[in-house]
Amino acid sequence: MRIQISSRTLQSDFVKKVTEISGQDLLACNQCGKCSAGCPMCFAMDLLPNQIIRLAQLGLEEDIAASKTVWLCASCLTCTVRCPRGVDLGRVMEAIRLITLRKNIDYVGAAKIPKDTISELPQIALVSSFRKHTA
Amino acid sequence: MKEKRIGVFVCHCGLNIAGTVDVEQVVEQIKDYPGVAHAEHYIYMCSDPGQELVRKAIKEKGLDGIIMSNCSPSLHQATFRKLAASEGVNPYFCEIANIREQCSWPHAGDKETATRKAVAIIKAIIEKLRRNISLTPLVVPLTKRVLVIGAGVAGMQAALDIADSGYEVVLVEQSPSIGGHTAQLSETFLTGDVIPGLVSPMMSKIASHPNISLYAYSELEDVSGYVGNFQVSIRRKATSVDESKCNYCGLCLESCPVKTASEFDRELAQRGAIYIPFLEALPQRPVIDRETCRHFGGDKCQACQEACPQNAIDFKQEDTIVEEEVGAIIVATGYELFPCTGIAEYASDPDVIDGLQFERLLSPSGPTSGEVRKPSDGKIPEQVVFLQCVGSRDPEHGVSYCSRVCCMYVAKHALLYKQAVPEGQAYVFYMDIRSDAKGYEEYVKKMVDEERVLYLRGRVSRIFRDGDKLKVWGSDTLTGKSIEIAADLVVLATAMVPNPGAKELARKLNIIVDQYGFITEAHIKLRPVETLTAGIYLAGTAQWPRDLPDTIASASGAASKILSLFSRRELLHEPTVAVVDPEVCRGCGQCVAICAFKAIELDPVKKVAWVNEAICDGCGACAVTCPSGAMQHRNWTARQFFEVIDIATAEYV
Repeated sequence: MRIQISSRTLQSDFVKKVTEISGQDLLACNQCGKCSAGCPMCFAMDLLPNQIIRLAQLGLEEDIAASKTVWLCASCLTCTVRCPRGVDLGRVMEAIRLITLRKNIDYVGAAKIPKDTISELPQIALVSSFRKHTA
Repeated sequence: MKEKRIGVFVCHCGLNIAGTVDVEQVVEQIKDYPGVAHAEHYIYMCSDPGQELVRKAIKEKGLDGIIMSNCSPSLHQATFRKLAASEGVNPYFCEIANIREQCSWPHAGDKETATRKAVAIIKAIIEKLRRNISLTPLVVPLTKRVLVIGAGVAGMQAALDIADSGYEVVLVEQSPSIGGHTAQLSETFLTGDVIPGLVSPMMSKIASHPNISLYAYSELEDVSGYVGNFQVSIRRKATSVDESKCNYCGLCLESCPVKTASEFDRELAQRGAIYIPFLEALPQRPVIDRETCRHFGGDKCQACQEACPQNAIDFKQEDTIVEEEVGAIIVATGYELFPCTGIAEYASDPDVIDGLQFERLLSPSGPTSGEVRKPSDGKIPEQVVFLQCVGSRDPEHGVSYCSRVCCMYVAKHALLYKQAVPEGQAYVFYMDIRSDAKGYEEYVKKMVDEERVLYLRGRVSRIFRDGDKLKVWGSDTLTGKSIEIAADLVVLATAMVPNPGAKELARKLNIIVDQYGFITEAHIKLRPVETLTAGIYLAGTAQWPRDLPDTIASASGAASKILSLFSRRELLHEPTVAVVDPEVCRGCGQCVAICAFKAIELDPVKKVAWVNEAICDGCGACAVTCPSGAMQHRNWTARQFFEVIDIATAEYV
């Protein structure tokens, strides 16, 4: 599939918002991949952290929205500490989550979680999950 | 003072000036100004017909001063001063009024302001020129000897070029042997030249050259003087071995009970406290390292002295200071490697080594006699991972620049490893491949096509020990996969950083280093082998990371600059320098403190300042500092400055 890239996609509202909320310069990333190499959650991700940054650089919001990666990010900040270019990926992931949540879209729905699971999970994990994954 | 007859020549510079400044209007307003005997404008004053115009006006109007109103003095001041001299006008009566960079360019689009400003600039320079005095360049003697600091390939190549041309060279090397880091290498990339065959002939030529005085195990103590006339003192560190008695039998080396990490073998082997750094070392003489020697640590040990049949060991030997006079200096202090421990997430492990350590493993004279073996257990590594850009291109943890040589030597490492262990697998983690010289790209491609080396595009985020393996966590950004490799050996291509002693040396030499400690060149494009201090040149990796051919080229470049300097009988120095009026000076010494060139001294008897005109760069800092007005800059006196300021600010007062 061929995608269209133009100055409009590169400077879209999405790119501006991510930059503004995260305070990070997306173009500082030179795609070395060190974030993905050390990510402890990468086993479960469909797209790696460096790919998310690349999609954000290109302004491809829909591809990011279709990926689970930002929701799986544990905010452990390993990537942030090791990035050679000083990009705080944790903040970028958080910015992307916030942009989705502000549209009133929940990633986790309390009603959809099976009762058995709820009874097994520690309360604090549920609370944390709702804080991070719901609008 | 006789009033000068001044000619003003206004250049259009095509449309560069005339497009913004109304040149006819400028001539109109200048031609009747006091002192002006002639004024005209022309499309290109620097062209042959333009210069002819100036000559004609000098002859016909009997001008004895000219003002060229055109571009910056850095472009054509020399051109027009030469023209003035050839017409019998003192060259220091030729001044430039810069109405391009300082007027037409910044005021493009505002013709009225630009024209007014151009007139003011020219009037200001007229007032300066009216008060200029006639000057002749200073003649400075020239000592045709050279000091080369550092005897790696850069220093050796420069020394040989100069010595072969018939001039004497003083070569100073801080370590016990010449050869530098290049002597530690196994073979070169691209050509596969074995290093002993490449560097040893150079080393022996240095050691036996009649024009080269070699001071190994020595350091620069102090430098004074200026281009053509440097006085240097060199500290010859005590070797504790009497050279006149030692017959190089080597019995002392075996007798030493101390075992410490060998610098030459990058800590992969051990040496005694009395040692010769490596087999082909030159000068081939033992040295006692007083830091590790038991005798100097307070112990009674005299093992080497007892073993020596010549009674050559001299524990009481002291450092000596040698004085030398030279006319030029080359700084070739070379590089060091960014430490392997600099990136915290790469485990500190015996099997995680740097590029130079791998060179020692590959070298036939190395600790494993050229067999690639793991430092931890001596086994042959079957999976070897090479990491590029460790510390390089990493402004957060290392340096922001690219070290330039790693892409090529890592390809060579992979090749040599495959030759040593044909059934082994080599992996290279890279960010970009920079193979930008003759044959380089083909060389790297060969590793993939013929040697089946796997290149993975991405960085490594973690290396940790897992049993007898090293787990390497990297990424392959081309597939978007996180990768794990169980490696036996990991080789880090760590960044090239400047010699840690370069900063201190630069301070002694009064030259500049950049934010990393590399020596700064006079102009990065046009004067790459000179420093901003006249007479001091630079060569090799002291300036910036570079490979062998580039290093040799820069060393030969520095040598040829010095040979061209030495082709003159004496040196000429600009006479526009500071002068002291000893009648007015009260000897407060503020000028001595402010001078960046160390050109001013206080006369101990008369208690007044004295300027060494040959060193003075004419910057003027002393003249503005002087509280009594005794210090003045020739042809930029305080009076001249005030006249210029009065005109420049006339509109605003």
